[in-house]
Amino acid sequence: MTAPLLRVEHLAVSFGELRVLEDVDLAVPKGQAVGIVGPNGAGKSTLLSAVSGVERASAGTVRLAGRDVTRVSAAERCRLGIGRSFQIPRPFVDLTVFENALVGAERGAGLRGGHARELALRSLEVTGLLPLANKSAGALPLLARKRLELARALATAPEVLLLDEIAGGLTEGEAEELVATVLSLKESGLTILWIEHVVKALVQVVDRLVCLASGRIRADGDPHEVLAGAEVAEVYLGGAAA
Amino acid sequence: MTAQTVPGTEATALPAVHRSRRATVLGLTGTAAVLLAMAALPYLVDSGVTGQLVKLCYLVALASMWNLLTGYAGMMSMGQQAFIGLGAYLLFVVNDHGVNVYAGTLVVSALVALLAWPLSYLAFRLRGGYFAVGTWVIAEVVRLIVVRFDSLGAASGRSLSDVTADPVLRRAFTYWLALAVMAAAVLGTYAMLRSRLGLGLQAIRDDDTAAGSLGVDVTRGKRTVYIAAAAGCAAAGAVICVNSLGVASPTQIFGVQYSALMVFMVIIGGIGTVEGPVIGALAYFLLDKYFAQSGVWYLVVVGAVAIAVSLYLPRGLWGTFAQRTGWAVFPVRHTVGR
Repeated sequence: MTAPLLRVEHLAVSFGELRVLEDVDLAVPKGQAVGIVGPNGAGKSTLLSAVSGVERASAGTVRLAGRDVTRVSAAERCRLGIGRSFQIPRPFVDLTVFENALVGAERGAGLRGGHARELALRSLEVTGLLPLANKSAGALPLLARKRLELARALATAPEVLLLDEIAGGLTEGEAEELVATVLSLKESGLTILWIEHVVKALVQVVDRLVCLASGRIRADGDPHEVLAGAEVAEVYLGGAAA
Repeated sequence: MTAQTVPGTEATALPAVHRSRRATVLGLTGTAAVLLAMAALPYLVDSGVTGQLVKLCYLVALASMWNLLTGYAGMMSMGQQAFIGLGAYLLFVVNDHGVNVYAGTLVVSALVALLAWPLSYLAFRLRGGYFAVGTWVIAEVVRLIVVRFDSLGAASGRSLSDVTADPVLRRAFTYWLALAVMAAAVLGTYAMLRSRLGLGLQAIRDDDTAAGSLGVDVTRGKRTVYIAAAAGCAAAGAVICVNSLGVASPTQIFGVQYSALMVFMVIIGGIGTVEGPVIGALAYFLLDKYFAQSGVWYLVVVGAVAIAVSLYLPRGLWGTFAQRTGWAVFPVRHTVGR
């Protein structure tokens, strides 16, 4: 069995006295798409932030391709191959859509000149943003902002793509468009860790589902089995439903 | 993954990316012509005119440096007077050691850049408004240290020991020095923005967390700008010192009024544009020239202009003009297709 591309061991994150994540273990093999579900406040986004380096782990380790990156900065983790999107889009509002992607290609992927421009354009192409390339990112509607989050992450040439609720707030049709895009990324072999409340979208893509609640992993396995399991019912509906 | 293999993409032809080559050539040619014309002024006009233009030159340099810090790297400093004062006082030191004041300006810029590096570790422990106040405090501490040295005039200020004796030549040399500092500040800012660092800086300004997640080394980018802006302010401080043949008092050269001036000029001209600080400095220079003798009304006019621009032209004079016309003397935008 090959070593997982991304491994999280005994990960804990605290904000002062508040323990947001506790003893989280997760191993994601190369090419696998893993979905993460859980109620609000479960620690899902914090997990992504701890993996991407935006939040510091108070205990445990994060390894990428066997290398311990727990104390490595977010920028360095990105350069090593961890690309992420944010739940609430954070575009560089005074830059154009193309320039937003170019930041990822130049700094995250470490490319220069024509190579960086090509990667940025390809990331816009795959996310359907090429026609909006010259538009100011601050003027984009929500769907386009979500797509830009994805495009920027792709422009960093990631080994592991972390997606944080990219289908949230979208209409059914818009969400389907995004699912098709993520599915094509997965089929091309990209490793994906995807947090999503829109479970219908998630199960179309992921190979495996993890249920997180109160900062701990409650279930981990086949998406349909996890969704049908007692743990998920308990997490979402309370102890009486279990 | 390489540039050609983004998952899910076909090998389709991509549009070209332009960076306003024609506008860049026009802008730089026009700038060179203006600078050459300005350089010829000592041969054409009275030294009183070039004397006034020295002030305009160092105002443009100061505004450009504050714009670089705040408009591009998102660091609201209220303590650039630390580097202006250090520039002036270190010029005394190098001048006392036999270096002429014109070459000395370059030397003090480098020295202040070296000093700014450790200071950045102190300043960067603070963010936002705390950073602004912290930089002001650093400036006050630097002033208090400088006044401890009797050889630098202590609290009384002092004069330069070795300056060009011929007043006509001295005024011309001072003007050319100021012109060179202004040109370096504006064109240096432009060169920085056209580089990979520039795009990273603009990303940092808009959202430093997102920038970090895309591989931008946020702290390194900010430190580079902080040091560059310190060196630029030190050069401006040296020009102020050379122009006055010394420093009237440490309180004046380390005064927070320089930061207030920089904020005013950049807000009036247009923050986050290379041209804005030049326009803002020109606007302040004209206000100062024509209203400075009006006593308290001068301050009323300056305040009224600042309020009016902030309310009705929040992007500043140049920023509003550029937004409406799409015109830029120093274009930095990438354009896809067309």
